[in-house]
Amino acid sequence: MHPAPSVIVFTVLSGAGFGYLAFLGLGLSTGTGAIAFWQFALGFGMAVAGLVSSTFHLGNPQRALLAFTQWRTSWLSREAWASCAALLVMAGFAVAAIFFGRILNVVGVLGASLCLATVVATSMIYAQMATVPRWNSPLTPGYFIACALTAGAILSAQNHLAVVCLIGLALIQTVCWQRGDRRFTERGHSIASATGLGSKGRTRLFEAPHTGTNYLLKEFGFHVARRHAAKLRVIGMALLCVLPALILSSASGGMAVALAFVIHLAGAFVSRWLFFAEAEHVVQLYYGHQPQGATG
Amino acid sequence: MTCLPQTTTRKLGLVIDLDTCVGCHACVISCKGWNTENYGAALSDIDAYGAQPAGTFLNRVHSYEVEPANGCATQTVHFPKSCLHCEDAPCVTVCPTGASYKRAEDGIVLVNEDACIGCGLCAWACPYGARELDAVAGVMKKCTLCVDRIYNENLPEEDRVPACVRTCPSGARHFGDLGDPSSAVSQLVESRGGFDLMPELGTKPTNKYLPPRPKDRLQGVASEPAAGPSATGFFAWLDRALEKI
Repeated sequence: MHPAPSVIVFTVLSGAGFGYLAFLGLGLSTGTGAIAFWQFALGFGMAVAGLVSSTFHLGNPQRALLAFTQWRTSWLSREAWASCAALLVMAGFAVAAIFFGRILNVVGVLGASLCLATVVATSMIYAQMATVPRWNSPLTPGYFIACALTAGAILSAQNHLAVVCLIGLALIQTVCWQRGDRRFTERGHSIASATGLGSKGRTRLFEAPHTGTNYLLKEFGFHVARRHAAKLRVIGMALLCVLPALILSSASGGMAVALAFVIHLAGAFVSRWLFFAEAEHVVQLYYGHQPQGATG
Repeated sequence: MTCLPQTTTRKLGLVIDLDTCVGCHACVISCKGWNTENYGAALSDIDAYGAQPAGTFLNRVHSYEVEPANGCATQTVHFPKSCLHCEDAPCVTVCPTGASYKRAEDGIVLVNEDACIGCGLCAWACPYGARELDAVAGVMKKCTLCVDRIYNENLPEEDRVPACVRTCPSGARHFGDLGDPSSAVSQLVESRGGFDLMPELGTKPTNKYLPPRPKDRLQGVASEPAAGPSATGFFAWLDRALEKI
């Protein structure tokens, strides 16, 4: 799949933003007054910047309000509702904390639940795609939730909890990569089932339908730099989990938290780039592409 | 509304005969022509006369080579592919705006371009590559089964079929109601063993494909050309005489 920068920025920033807002809603190291102002500014800033970024890949963003209408079937529509509800409830909680010095526990827990629901809805946009076997798994919501909670735990300066989250995220990320590499062939998708010609004999593409490129090849036929995937996985894991965990378990204080978060966020961008770039869409079979790990 | 209809009164669709298709791409061109001049936004071209032309098409013809395991001759199979108007269309339910819908009366899957935000999710959800986001209009384009031809009483009756079916010079494309077991297309699917593409994804496509027939093998032909009957008498003399000249 084409790793569109707007979608990578959207999922990474809004995931981290909603994760942090969820921790603030639960009252973990939530301040009052000016401290709370800066805490919520960071949380809302990341969440809203991510959501705004997601509109950049739309062909007709002026009609984006229509995306609220189909919540009964569409995860994108559910995400629109969940994100607005989360931001509104957390705004009430933030106003009480900043201007009145009060932590409204019930509102906070409700807001935190909505923040996590938003992250789940985002992840389900990808997890529902049966056409992309790597994503079509409960591991995808697990990975998105783990990323959000880890970012929230780091920013909340809950260092012990953050290290636990980082270890959990490292495990989920590793399982995602290992299972994901096999999933396409495990599902039994092949040029034989795509064309229905498999029973007739060995099938291969003789001639593509067009000499130039098209939307399908740009969107789904992304192969550039896949050969660097193994190196990027090592770099991604080091930045996403290993280095932040080492920093937070050996140091404390604002600088350690800031450094750990910046490194973790850089790792999240690498990880999310791989999430898209390594995902293979079944339509590629019609263009004669072999899925990763396939033989023959 | 992006909820799929429980049932559709009819299941209009195409039956494509892979045995007959010659890969001329006439259906591709007639589709592009009709759907650029009629329903919805035009199918745009980018850099049409330049070095790297690209454009939006609703129908594309792949060509495959099939090598039978039993050593029979390898076959070239031309493979036209457009929207299959699936019963369980995953492209419809993912749409956040309700632009993508399946009609309860005839099963045709359409896009209301005025409501499409161009997010591309429906194209992600389609296993068959049947949807292309138009680079100029920013809305999703797909086969309409020529909904503006098949019910169009301003056209002569023989033209009230999809443009690709009307134009196919080899009769490889058939249009009809696949929900009616007595229809000509249903009979054709029944008699020729029509099949679904990627059935493992559970999309239940309406369009069916008819398999290519196996190629004939010449029977009893020796590998060396046999010597012709040898002449005798006068003709044998004439044969030798002419050889010497």
